[in-house]
Amino acid sequence: MAAMAMERGTAAEALVGQVVLPGDLLLLPAHYDEDAEGERLRLSAGTAPQGRLLCGPGLRRSGAGLLVTKCGLLRHRPGGGGAYWVDSQQKRYVPVKGDHVIGIVTAKAGDVFRLDVGGSEPASLSYLAFEGATKRNRPNVQVGDLIYGQFVVANKDMEPEMVCIDSSGKSSGMGIIGQDGFLFKVSLGLIRKLLAPKCEIIQELSQLYPFELVLGMNGRIWVKAKTVQQTLIIVNILEACEYMTAEQRKQALAKLSGN
Amino acid sequence: MAGEVKTKLSKNLLRMKFMQRGLDSQTKKQLEEEEKKIISEEHWYLDVPDLKEKESCIIEERSFLRCEDLVYGRMSFKGFNPEIEKLMIQMNSKCKEEKIEEDDKMEADVSDEEMARRYETLVGTIGKKFLRKRDQRVLKDDDEDEDDEVEEGNSNTRPCKRAKKMFLKPQD
Repeated sequence: MAAMAMERGTAAEALVGQVVLPGDLLLLPAHYDEDAEGERLRLSAGTAPQGRLLCGPGLRRSGAGLLVTKCGLLRHRPGGGGAYWVDSQQKRYVPVKGDHVIGIVTAKAGDVFRLDVGGSEPASLSYLAFEGATKRNRPNVQVGDLIYGQFVVANKDMEPEMVCIDSSGKSSGMGIIGQDGFLFKVSLGLIRKLLAPKCEIIQELSQLYPFELVLGMNGRIWVKAKTVQQTLIIVNILEACEYMTAEQRKQALAKLSGN
Repeated sequence: MAGEVKTKLSKNLLRMKFMQRGLDSQTKKQLEEEEKKIISEEHWYLDVPDLKEKESCIIEERSFLRCEDLVYGRMSFKGFNPEIEKLMIQMNSKCKEEKIEEDDKMEADVSDEEMARRYETLVGTIGKKFLRKRDQRVLKDDDEDEDDEVEEGNSNTRPCKRAKKMFLKPQD
């Protein structure tokens, strides 16, 4: 089976929700119909008004199929042309264009700030890339500040570049994150789980007490509540979520809300 | 004798901008062709077969953002930071709005035809609002005139009406 998969590849649909390994070849419907029905069917599939297939992280195009480059669970989303990606567990962040991350200012070098984002290289952030910033009106950024920003340039050959404004020049929540609060790191998988719409963990936590949360795609989380104790409780719950089942988490939360 | 001696202008001179007007179409074409030939000869090209561009229906995307529909990364709960809470609603509703808009189209409670009918009557009333008083009167008169014309078949009454409004020059 494994040998066959190596040589010929398996249908992507059959592997959804299962573990895939780097080197696996996934075949798409238009691809494996070829043998069975011949050219005719493939042509008809090609002319169908179908959206473009999205080949997400962990997968690479290879011929007409997809090549797996990360190990994890294969995910699929229907709608449009559909989307395949690999849900993997990793801690090292690789900058991706468009991602919102939390960076730590490590240096002020003339026109740009150097930000540590947890990637292989520090990211650069122009002092003009803040809302309302001009050449005269520089933003007040100090070394050690936390900055929530977005990648505009992120590829393997270039230094990643961040901005704190969107395309319309508004900050929309990006920029320096407040002075106090608590920053910690979790795995990238947990961040995605927390950022998923209608995440249970977040919904349960939001019932506890007032607090603020910033989640960066690079695995960094910043929490601030009214007291240090409350902040630390949230931090501990979020950190533990990685290894707790839903029931365990509910029990822990019940204990807290009882206090 | 005079015809034979007629000097011919050089090609380079004919190619100049100010000479173009006087040229007839045939010589113009000839000149253009020659120019093209010169240009194409000067260019050099690689003798390789054409690259066949395969139309791919797969887009590579390095971000989880588009795959998993992740929400906005800043959150605030129970009024800890009202600004962020406002932002949260705004950012997270962006993707939902499109769906809502689609729904709106489906169940419009006023049909397009009815809308058109209503606007038909509105055009006149609203239009009046933006006209000056004098213009309004003219508009009204015109309407009446048209009615009159239909009734009487001639426009003899019209000059009289206009005459009434005219400024009467006092006699010396």
